Amino acid sequence: MIEIRDLHKSYKMGSNSLHVLKGINFSVQEGELVAIMGSSGSGKSTLLNILGMLDELDEGTYSLDGVPIANLNETKAANYRNKFLGFVFQSFNLINYKNAMENVALPLYYQRVGRKERQEKALKYLEQVGLREWADHLPSELSGGQKQRVAIARAMAAEPKVLLADEPTGALDSKTSYEVMDLIQKINDDGNTILVVTHEEDIAHMCKRIVHLKDGVILEDKKVEQVRAQQYVQ
Amino acid sequence: MFNKDRWKEILEVLTTNWFRTVLTAFGVFWGILILIILLSAGKGFQNGIMVDFGDIATNTMFMWTQTTTKEYKGLPKGRRYNFKVEDVAAIKEQVPNLRFVSPRNQLGGFGGNNNVVRGIRTGAFNVYGDYPEYIEQDPMTITSGRFLNYNDINDKRKIAVLGEGVKKELYEKGEEVIGSYIKIQGVSFLVVGTYKKNSNNGDGEEGQKEIFVPFTAFSQAFNRGNDVGWMAITAKDGSSITSLKEKVMDVVKANRKIHPEDDRAVGHFDLYEEFGRVQSLFGAITFIGYFVGILVLLSGIIGVSNIMLIVVKERTKEIGIRRALGESPWSIKGQILLESVFLTIISGMAGISLGALFIYAVNALLDSVGPVDMFLNPSVSLGVVVSALVILMVSGLLAGFIPANSAIKVKPIDALRTE
Repeated sequence: MIEIRDLHKSYKMGSNSLHVLKGINFSVQEGELVAIMGSSGSGKSTLLNILGMLDELDEGTYSLDGVPIANLNETKAANYRNKFLGFVFQSFNLINYKNAMENVALPLYYQRVGRKERQEKALKYLEQVGLREWADHLPSELSGGQKQRVAIARAMAAEPKVLLADEPTGALDSKTSYEVMDLIQKINDDGNTILVVTHEEDIAHMCKRIVHLKDGVILEDKKVEQVRAQQYVQ
Repeated sequence: MFNKDRWKEILEVLTTNWFRTVLTAFGVFWGILILIILLSAGKGFQNGIMVDFGDIATNTMFMWTQTTTKEYKGLPKGRRYNFKVEDVAAIKEQVPNLRFVSPRNQLGGFGGNNNVVRGIRTGAFNVYGDYPEYIEQDPMTITSGRFLNYNDINDKRKIAVLGEGVKKELYEKGEEVIGSYIKIQGVSFLVVGTYKKNSNNGDGEEGQKEIFVPFTAFSQAFNRGNDVGWMAITAKDGSSITSLKEKVMDVVKANRKIHPEDDRAVGHFDLYEEFGRVQSLFGAITFIGYFVGILVLLSGIIGVSNIMLIVVKERTKEIGIRRALGESPWSIKGQILLESVFLTIISGMAGISLGALFIYAVNALLDSVGPVDMFLNPSVSLGVVVSALVILMVSGLLAGFIPANSAIKVKPIDALRTE
């Protein structure tokens, strides 16, 4: 599904440049649930941004579902993001003047899906994350865990090939964290490919594979026995 | 562009900060209001002046004799001379594109002696010997009877057409005018009609105190022979009298043995030139109206642009989220432009409406207090309203252009990082 060869990325900070990713080789098969771990400054967010086409790579190749991702202009990148990727952010990033249903329906709107169909689909995904009855609430009326679940529903609404989650539990307490992870695991069980960036050991162990980044290189890439989040959730 | 969600969003964005939106809109509102008021005031002024011209044929010049100032062909300078009836024919023949050439002789003048008698009443009036087409050059309404015609000219009939002002002075109220006789310098004329002049060249009173008699009868009755004192010459539509007047005067100079360069020998008044001057004055007033109005509007537009920049700044993160979700940059740009155009047009419409209301109120006031000198019926045409809307449209686009560009210049990743 994801194929990365020899990826380099550096940032210019004034006169000196900061080499963040120093040759990453990395691939993900369909249906995997991968945790990308590392301390801050290890380059894990940069990697995720490049995977998410939010940032450009300096060197190397990246292909997603067989499509080479290179030389994208903004319009094309937007189109690919819309078709291929779903994003879940640490700070939820819901649009605060739109209610839950409208937020979920947003990617579908960019796909020019008709209004009726959009609403039906949005409600279906809200149902899946258990927030059907919160559909017409604004983000400010939802708790953190609920917001993240709306965000996950939004990421899933466009039926992306890969779901990218950047510290999805970073702003949540451990109980809601487990609820969110439970949801992510269930989505993965349905066959969706998911990448989770995290620095928490227990969250990482709820994935099926852990990639350790340190100082811009992959330190370790191992399959793990998945811990089900279900058992922590009542 | 015309989709419900997009408009809903625009309304949501604009209504989140009501006070700011209203203040911003006020700039544009004010600009367009001033534009409308200035233009309508200019128009009112123009209407007020134009009504003085009435429907007088403006493509007309008047020509009269003065004394020569140059010796020519053995004739001395300082010589008095008269136009002759032959000159009229010569002008008609030699100068193309003339519509009317009306010769005229005249008795009396402003504040002249009493020259008209009827029974025990007397009065001092201008008495003109004229041709029938004169009514086309200086339009008047025949209030009873008829005007002169060519039978009168050919038969040298001694008939007269009186102004309403003359009638008022020489007749009792309700007295029958048509068929009565008046004596002009001792010669009796039969009254066949009365008129009222539409134009009032600054003095409406004088214009109504004129008596028209056939040119030929005038010449005979008052012993003018072939002399012509004065001519009114109108050019055909499409050619201006200003460009033809040199030719006309050349014909007269050649016929009257006047030095070709003796410009002061022939007096003339070019109504077309005068009219053109007035026209260009109103052109200038309209220009100033547009100029000032658009400048004021411009400051309003800059206000909109400014606010849109702030809105974009505030929404940087939201724009980042949208782009991460796959909204194309063009869609975002379109959204910002649409917001700006919408805000501009709505506030502009409000300005136009209030301007129209203002004009309506002024008109109602003018109606109730009666006519005011040099100001009549201020108004703006549909053309002005349409061009104002076009200006608004364009300026809305301009106002949104920079903010829209700045909205998509930020990389989505940077936009997402903004807190």
